[in-house]
Amino acid sequence: MEESQQDVVTKAERMAGTEPLIRQPAVAAGTGNVIFDVRDMAVYYGAFKAVTDVTMPIYENEITAFIGSSGSGKSTVLRAFNRMNDLIPGARVEGEMYYRGATLYGKDVSPIAVRRRIGMVFQKPNPFPKSIYDNVAYGPRINGERNKKKLDEIVERSLRAAALWDEVKNRLKMSGLALSGGQAQRLCIARTIAVEPDVVLMDEPASALDPISTGAIEDLMRELKSRYTIVIVTHNMQQATRVSDRTAFFYVLTDSKSDTRTGVLVEYGPTKQIFEDPRDPRTQAYVTGRMG
Amino acid sequence: MAVTAQAPGGPQNIDLREPPSWRRTKNRLMTVLMVLAFVITIVPLGFVLVTVIAKGASVISWQFLTSGIPPNVLPANVGGMGPAIVGTLEITALATVISVPLGVLGAIYINEYGGKGILARIVRFMSDVMTGVPSIIMGLFIFTLWTLHFQYSGLGGALALACLMLPIIIRSSEEMLKLVPDALRQGSYALGASKARVTVTVVLPAAIGGIVSGALLAVARAAGETAPLLFVIGIVTSVNKNVFSGPTTSLPSQIFQNATQPYTGAQARGWGAALTLVVIAFIFMITARLVTARFAKYSS
Repeated sequence: MEESQQDVVTKAERMAGTEPLIRQPAVAAGTGNVIFDVRDMAVYYGAFKAVTDVTMPIYENEITAFIGSSGSGKSTVLRAFNRMNDLIPGARVEGEMYYRGATLYGKDVSPIAVRRRIGMVFQKPNPFPKSIYDNVAYGPRINGERNKKKLDEIVERSLRAAALWDEVKNRLKMSGLALSGGQAQRLCIARTIAVEPDVVLMDEPASALDPISTGAIEDLMRELKSRYTIVIVTHNMQQATRVSDRTAFFYVLTDSKSDTRTGVLVEYGPTKQIFEDPRDPRTQAYVTGRMG
Repeated sequence: MAVTAQAPGGPQNIDLREPPSWRRTKNRLMTVLMVLAFVITIVPLGFVLVTVIAKGASVISWQFLTSGIPPNVLPANVGGMGPAIVGTLEITALATVISVPLGVLGAIYINEYGGKGILARIVRFMSDVMTGVPSIIMGLFIFTLWTLHFQYSGLGGALALACLMLPIIIRSSEEMLKLVPDALRQGSYALGASKARVTVTVVLPAAIGGIVSGALLAVARAAGETAPLLFVIGIVTSVNKNVFSGPTTSLPSQIFQNATQPYTGAQARGWGAALTLVVIAFIFMITARLVTARFAKYSS
């Protein structure tokens, strides 16, 4: 196991060497292990090529941010990591995606097993129309946990980890829909980490929230980083600089002949360098606010 | 009167009133039309209720609800509608047992599994067509398919009513399932739930209030159907406890039967049966409301 991981890292590093716009930091913020290895990935919706030429390693216990304008394929790539695109009729993924050395799109890979390890938080808070308790206990229950005492423990631990416990501990039987937007999003995060995933994918988790709730979610992400790998899509560049260790910039290419728009990964590297010393002129234009 | 505002730069005369306009006239006209439409709808309903209560209430008694049906010539204070009440409840209950599981499962298939597939489209189209089939045709259908081979029975009536209820339940359940936001399904999938889990643990609970009230409305409607029962359940004057064999009777059949008699006793019993039926349907409606409210506990 240790050896094969090491192997992946060297491969990723070798690959990064051949691709000038994907660079490694001198010192990794997390463990330095590659958790996702994406090579020449493209996602299609039917005949429409939504995003193409994505090659990137994602590192363990780091926060990786995807930035870029609308239509550049950030969310599409994010949803490919836990196979949520499978739910869209006609969607298909080409190229290679490895998760801890195992291929994600192999023939006998179950999307259900993938999603139990790789959780997701959505743009709009989507608590189930159940009590706060049942929302958090939902994941453990579908994994077969029936022990009331254990469930109580998991619910408390997850709500504490999501910094929501003190606000809701006296009304766990209340509907999850009665919470405010920021609380509901933290409930969704608690629900996601209740199944103890390996990776948490976040699709613009704070874009529907006010600045105070956004701050709470960002603090939360920094705390969760020690135990989970987080990949976040954001439209807010300040957010990317505040929370992420590494940033990937996506750009939309417009084909005027066929009038189709396809997203591509332009540049990927440590967040500091992407924002302060971008190599690609398109990245520079975007992060300085001259485009998008 | 002119509305004035004290602005920092000194008093200004600003008129904030709407000038007389065609928009205003239209607004008044439409409001009057809507009130009128409401009154026109409610008046016949009021008359029906008042008449049924006025003519039926006098014969209702414990004896009326439990005794057998007497010969038509006997006066109103003799006998009752017991067998018809028992028959209606039995047949409706059996029809519900047949049609609700089928209808709800059908709706789940159409909305959650079939999608835009050919089979789902066929089921959806057929249930639309079935909604438009006159109830007496359903009766004839069951008559030729069932009654001709197995004789009169409550089961035949239940089958005919189930055929009527099925498309209503499918379509109302489908509408309720459609209302469940996709974000909930995605949230469940993202936690590693299988499709069946998502459907059973998230989609159905979110839609159950609407599904149950839709089903109860279909039950209430079926309980009042006469035509499909006319030639499949026969007619009797004493209670037939076995819903699966032998002729039985129902409230709608008895209303039809008694209303066409020249005897005042029979006519009074007909009104009594009508009131009983209205009350039964009313109870179903109230239950539907209560159930919806009960299940809406977590939905706000």
